[in-house]
Amino acid sequence: MRNVRFILLALAVAAVTLAVARLIDNAYVFFAGYVVLQYIVLATAWNILGGYTGYVNFGTAAFFAVGAYTTVVLHKTVPLMPLPGMMLAGGVISGVIGLGMGYLTLRLRGTFFSIATLAMAVVAQTLITNWYFVGGSRGAYIIRPSDSPIFSGDYIQYLFAIMLLLSVISVSIARAIQHSRLGYGFSAIRDDELAAEASGVPTLRLKLIATALSGGLMGMAGAPLPYYVTYLDPASGFSLSYAVNTIAMPLIGGTATWLGPVIGAVLLGTLQQVATVTISSALSLLIVGLLLVSFVIAAPKGIVGWFKR
Amino acid sequence: MDLSLDLLGNALVSGVLLGGFYAAVTIGVSISFGMLDIVNIAHPAFVILGSYTAYIANSAFGFDPILSSIVLLPAFYLLGVAIYHVYDVSFERRGDASIRGLAFFFGILFITEVILVLVFGVDYRLVDAPYVGPSLHIGVIDLPLRLLVPCLVSLTLIGVLQLYMSHTVIGRAVQAVAQDPMALRLMAADPSRIKRIAFGLSIASASIAGAILIIIQPVEPSIARDYIGRIFAICVMGGLGSFGGTVVAAMILGIMESLTSTFYGPSWSPAVAFGFLLITLAVRPAGLFGRS
Repeated sequence: MRNVRFILLALAVAAVTLAVARLIDNAYVFFAGYVVLQYIVLATAWNILGGYTGYVNFGTAAFFAVGAYTTVVLHKTVPLMPLPGMMLAGGVISGVIGLGMGYLTLRLRGTFFSIATLAMAVVAQTLITNWYFVGGSRGAYIIRPSDSPIFSGDYIQYLFAIMLLLSVISVSIARAIQHSRLGYGFSAIRDDELAAEASGVPTLRLKLIATALSGGLMGMAGAPLPYYVTYLDPASGFSLSYAVNTIAMPLIGGTATWLGPVIGAVLLGTLQQVATVTISSALSLLIVGLLLVSFVIAAPKGIVGWFKR
Repeated sequence: MDLSLDLLGNALVSGVLLGGFYAAVTIGVSISFGMLDIVNIAHPAFVILGSYTAYIANSAFGFDPILSSIVLLPAFYLLGVAIYHVYDVSFERRGDASIRGLAFFFGILFITEVILVLVFGVDYRLVDAPYVGPSLHIGVIDLPLRLLVPCLVSLTLIGVLQLYMSHTVIGRAVQAVAQDPMALRLMAADPSRIKRIAFGLSIASASIAGAILIIIQPVEPSIARDYIGRIFAICVMGGLGSFGGTVVAAMILGIMESLTSTFYGPSWSPAVAFGFLLITLAVRPAGLFGRS
């Protein structure tokens, strides 16, 4: 019941956000807002594995780019497929990759999982770079339709609305997990995996659920990307800044609850959009890196931790 | 068939030389990750930093890159000591080294890269030295000095480190920390201090590794990432902290990469290291030479 109330509330917030954005009626608001929303999804997805179970995933870019390239493939083979269908496909493929990754490495110490995710990002990038059907290293062009298919307005408004919906879905999932048996299992793994295993928590199965769910959401977040950027090449799809941002946002916001990644993504995402326009994009990345390091040193519980004493 | 045998021979030789160089890049991680259990994923960024300091010494003052990297060893050592101090105070003493420690080093990797981009731009940089151009020829086998010199420097570096670890008091203490920090504490030694020295050494090795990296290939800030997978693949396969294992694993990887790029094209070679790492982790996480 509490979940239903939360979802309704989140949908209301989303509807107000969309209405306000349409009222401002400036394309840049949608372009910048889309990126912030995308990071809400990525940070929340990362936190399901990283924050709840304590397994650090450095391979966000891989899951994200797999989603994006799924769209490129579908755009070439089934051009009439609606975007939500492509997102679902991207999510399923990324989720399955997450499951496979997890099965290979999650039985090891957590560090090995982290290193393996980093490795996987490069394997995936190499495969895509050598796959000429999706453009290889030259990249792929996607023509963005001019109008939104469901309501009147530019296509970017449609992308914005879809990402808004996806962030409501992922935040709701993250919140529901946090207050469920699954969530308690996850925290047990994070706090002491050996003790959890000994008390009968099916640790491997829970970790696999977390990896698949987290990877799937990341893939879904990546699926609309080709329509957003209209030109996608491996170097930008697999950019390390996705991984850094996705780790920095939950750690800055606070990893223990669903709210932390959202706060982190909104703050850091907005800050970066502003800094990219006013200063430079390299400098805005530097800010993210410095914030990440200073927060992990000085404020281990993140912004949420400041208010919970 | 003659031609492809030549090709095979050359690919094998350059693989061995390349592997020797990889060993130098990895040895720092064999110390920090293998022996001290500090997951320093920022190590490749320090190697690239070493490349840039060698580049400045070479292009601005005309110094030999390898000699200048040896002169700079103390500076890198102090950098390592400083980083370990922050890490120790912020994470290890709080018993919170896993997630936040990883994120800390990831942040350092990223900050170093962005700063290098801001200072030097994304252009590829090269060094100039008498051994960059010529090759030795033995029969049909070519030995480019550009690869041979780094390989010899690397093996010397590892040899010196091995001697240090097995014949000095501090070196043996480092090995003791790797085996049982608690026991070391009971012997009235301070594990923190020993680890600080060892971590300083591991970062110092990045100075030399960076100098020989920029001799082998042109360098730009983001290539650090290509080395993360290679380094950890070698380190894990070499059995975490065994120097001999590191050299052998590095050579195996070098040979595999060299064969792949000779016969399938260089665009596939990054996947070799990572595929190798994934298989190693999945099948034999203790490494080829590790005690399981």
